[in-house]
Amino acid sequence: MAEASVSAQGSAPAAGVGHLYVHLPFCAHRCGYCDFVTAVGRVGDHGAYADALLRELDRVRPLLEKQLETVFVGGGTPTFTEAAALARILEALPPAAELTVEANPETVTPELAALLRAHGVSRVSLGAQSFSARLLSVLERQATPDDVRRALHTFRDADFDNISLDLIYGIPGQSAADLDADLADALALEPEHLSCYELEAKPGTRFTHAHGAELRRQTEAMERYAERVAETLTAAGYRWYETANYCRTDRGRDLRARHNLAIWRGADYLGVGVGAVSTLGAVRRRNLPSVGRYVAALGRGDGPPHELERLDSATRDVERLMLGLRLDEPFAVEATREVVDAAALERLVAGGLVERLESGVRLTGRGRLLGGAVTVELLA
Amino acid sequence: MEQSRIRNFSIIAHIDHGKSTLADRILQLTDTVADRDMRDQLLDSMDLERERGITIKAQAVRVHWKGHELNLIDTPGHVDFTYEVSRSLQACEGAVLVVDAAQGIEAQTLANAYLAIENDLEIVPVVNKIDLPSADPDAAAAEVCELLGGSPESVIRISAKTGINVEQVLDAIVERIQAPEGDADAPARALVFDSSYDQYRGVIAFVRVVDGRLPTGAALHAMAMGTNFDAEELGYMAPQRMPVEALEAGEVGYVVTGLKDVSSLRVGDTLTLRKAGAASPLPGYKDVKPMVFAGLFPTDSDEYPELRDALERLKLNDAALFYEPETSTALGFGFRCGFLGLLHMEIVRERLEREFDLDLLVTAPNVAYNVQRKDESWLEVHNPAEMPPDPLAVQEPYVRAQVIVPKDFVGPVMELCTERRGRFDHMEYLSETRVLLNYELPLGEIVIDFYDQLKSRTRGYASFDYDLAGFRDGTLSRVDVLVAGEQVDALSLIAHRDAAYERGKLLVERLREEIPRQMFDVPIQAAIGSRVIARETVKAKRKDVLAKCYGGDISRKRKLLEKQKKGKKRMKQVGGVEVPQEAFLAVLNLDGEKKR
Repeated sequence: MAEASVSAQGSAPAAGVGHLYVHLPFCAHRCGYCDFVTAVGRVGDHGAYADALLRELDRVRPLLEKQLETVFVGGGTPTFTEAAALARILEALPPAAELTVEANPETVTPELAALLRAHGVSRVSLGAQSFSARLLSVLERQATPDDVRRALHTFRDADFDNISLDLIYGIPGQSAADLDADLADALALEPEHLSCYELEAKPGTRFTHAHGAELRRQTEAMERYAERVAETLTAAGYRWYETANYCRTDRGRDLRARHNLAIWRGADYLGVGVGAVSTLGAVRRRNLPSVGRYVAALGRGDGPPHELERLDSATRDVERLMLGLRLDEPFAVEATREVVDAAALERLVAGGLVERLESGVRLTGRGRLLGGAVTVELLA
Repeated sequence: MEQSRIRNFSIIAHIDHGKSTLADRILQLTDTVADRDMRDQLLDSMDLERERGITIKAQAVRVHWKGHELNLIDTPGHVDFTYEVSRSLQACEGAVLVVDAAQGIEAQTLANAYLAIENDLEIVPVVNKIDLPSADPDAAAAEVCELLGGSPESVIRISAKTGINVEQVLDAIVERIQAPEGDADAPARALVFDSSYDQYRGVIAFVRVVDGRLPTGAALHAMAMGTNFDAEELGYMAPQRMPVEALEAGEVGYVVTGLKDVSSLRVGDTLTLRKAGAASPLPGYKDVKPMVFAGLFPTDSDEYPELRDALERLKLNDAALFYEPETSTALGFGFRCGFLGLLHMEIVRERLEREFDLDLLVTAPNVAYNVQRKDESWLEVHNPAEMPPDPLAVQEPYVRAQVIVPKDFVGPVMELCTERRGRFDHMEYLSETRVLLNYELPLGEIVIDFYDQLKSRTRGYASFDYDLAGFRDGTLSRVDVLVAGEQVDALSLIAHRDAAYERGKLLVERLREEIPRQMFDVPIQAAIGSRVIARETVKAKRKDVLAKCYGGDISRKRKLLEKQKKGKKRMKQVGGVEVPQEAFLAVLNLDGEKKR
């Protein structure tokens, strides 16, 4: 199994890939809860990393459509990347209908907003996480609540009309009232899009070590938080279009995140940069996380160090089901019936967790809150 | 060898009093086993026996001492294996009774000694472990004399470990134990006292020839089962198989039968010649009645045929094991098995898991009940779920229990026996410090954790044995458990009416802890008939979401789901509810819980 299977020399699909992910791993600080591929500081390395990334991009370019549907630049903190390096990367990207860049509030300046704007960025995703100074500090975030608000206004001033805010709930010490306050503060900023994640405390991490006991005490209370988030945001007119994602519907525009939507619908995508994942048909490729090795390999003219995973058709069906059930649109369950337990589906329908629509099935509100368990139940 | 030079004997003892060590020493002293081949507990051939330091299966080995042929028939030492002991004893004329010099007589010493006396055996009393600093051979010898009569001088004081005075034991076997007195000219009759299965040679029977002679190649007939076969090979164990031309009256040895069907020859049967055979079998064939029952189910239902084959194989050399197919709505296809007692159950389970590599779920044990139905007919019930509603009468088995404890622990033991509906019979002082308590107890009250409780309340000093006293009327109720409105047959239990409410309540509480929260509320109820006596609810989960899932997370999230799916598959489905296997064992811990 050679790298060729996902590289330029390989069997390119008839139609090019329309979705590209670009990973910029650099951060000023690694937050305690974070499990993304990140590299702290190393400002001097940004240029070299950009060189390597551009080489990788050139290697995969033949696989891409000339005009992409979406590009998503994530991290790390992409906006922490040194401006010249960031500009070179953005310039090299193929044109795309949606170009999203993730930003951390403390990095957002009028200059940055202008740079993004000038390079065709159409959507920004702002890592707000919380509007409570106390909870931000528990998360080891660098920004203050005011930084978050200022960042949003800075983007608005630069004419960004598609802004997403990330919120985290279930933070150690977060009461239900704290959660309500965070949601109210976020809504007051009228973002087009909101991503709300429950904090995942991975066993063995520094964060879990420090806060595990507190989280265990809160488990029961926090069980209702997901429900509370959904209730509050839908009441405010947001569409709960994916398990953890909400968008405004008031302007006649489809404000769903097109990049992620494509992935949830099972589209192929290419990823470049350390830790980036590509899925092309039956092959998934994961670049290894070391920045040093990545830069060195591309510097030598090699492809990035990576691992490959073969996805057989049953595995792809399981993934399609797992992802498709996260959405508020009908999922064509018939197409994955090989991996679905029909009797379980009946039970779930009878129990009011799944509803049948003409073109497929969809989780009910309660079903979505139990989405993990429902999916497990449905698997044959 | 002529019968006057043959001695057939067993060694009997309480567990850990040194029976196997004495057997080892005898093998060495008689040059049956070279020193370099010696390893501890040589006769305990199963790994399980050596690990647990107990003997489960009787074995027979021939040794030679001063011109005599001595057949040592090893016996199990535990309360559960009384039947195995008794059929081994039937093949003997005498028994060496081993008593630990530091411990004195224990409950199983009594039980085994009584069995030997019942079988008219000459008993050679031995006090062992005299080399221990804590040994008090005089006190132990005095207890033995109190039990058996005789003078303290007749008690041989040895250390099987170091070999001190073991020759005296061999001399005493020759001098005191009678030679067999079978009729060498009568039609052949041989008692099958044990058997095993050899993959290549089929069933191998261990026999004591009582009358006549069994020659190699003889056409044989098993009188009770009616099975015919040829003696492909005859011989004795030393301790490997040593073929001989014939087994003579009075001798002990083995017969290779070539039988491939393990059920065609049972322990206790009498072998005779097909031509000019004996008219009547030897006494000794007795169907043992298991009194403790439990359901055995394969964790993976595909392993049912393997479980059936394994039980069939175990049954061959475990005459006491009983099994019949059982179908549980909760657990699927399995077997209701009958055991002599809890240790027996534990050993069968371990052998099935180890020797046959099966993963088993064993339900809480119960006893056999005699139930009178409305039409006045009687029914023997092995499974609480089969107990008919509103019986006219229910009888449960009782045992006569002997507990020996230091006198300081008499109080706690009496308290335990009273909690378990015991009836005090009488108490005897074995010495100034040790007391023998006699109780009558319902067997159903001791099958679950009586022995553990007894040990913990007496800091391990109590020894305990029992024998069946018969069935008595009891005021018993069947308590059923309903999960999500569906009765879970494997969780039904039978309890004394006064305890039924309390046990039902504890059981549903335990189940609430064991059953994980599901997507729906799960009510758990305990009921007697249609009357619900206790109820708990496992509240539905409100949330179970994989928080976020983007392009980089898909493999990891999928693997997580697949892992959860695997975990689910290990659970049993009851009315759409996933019940973990542990929940089926909740019944076992009810009493432990109560005392906390």
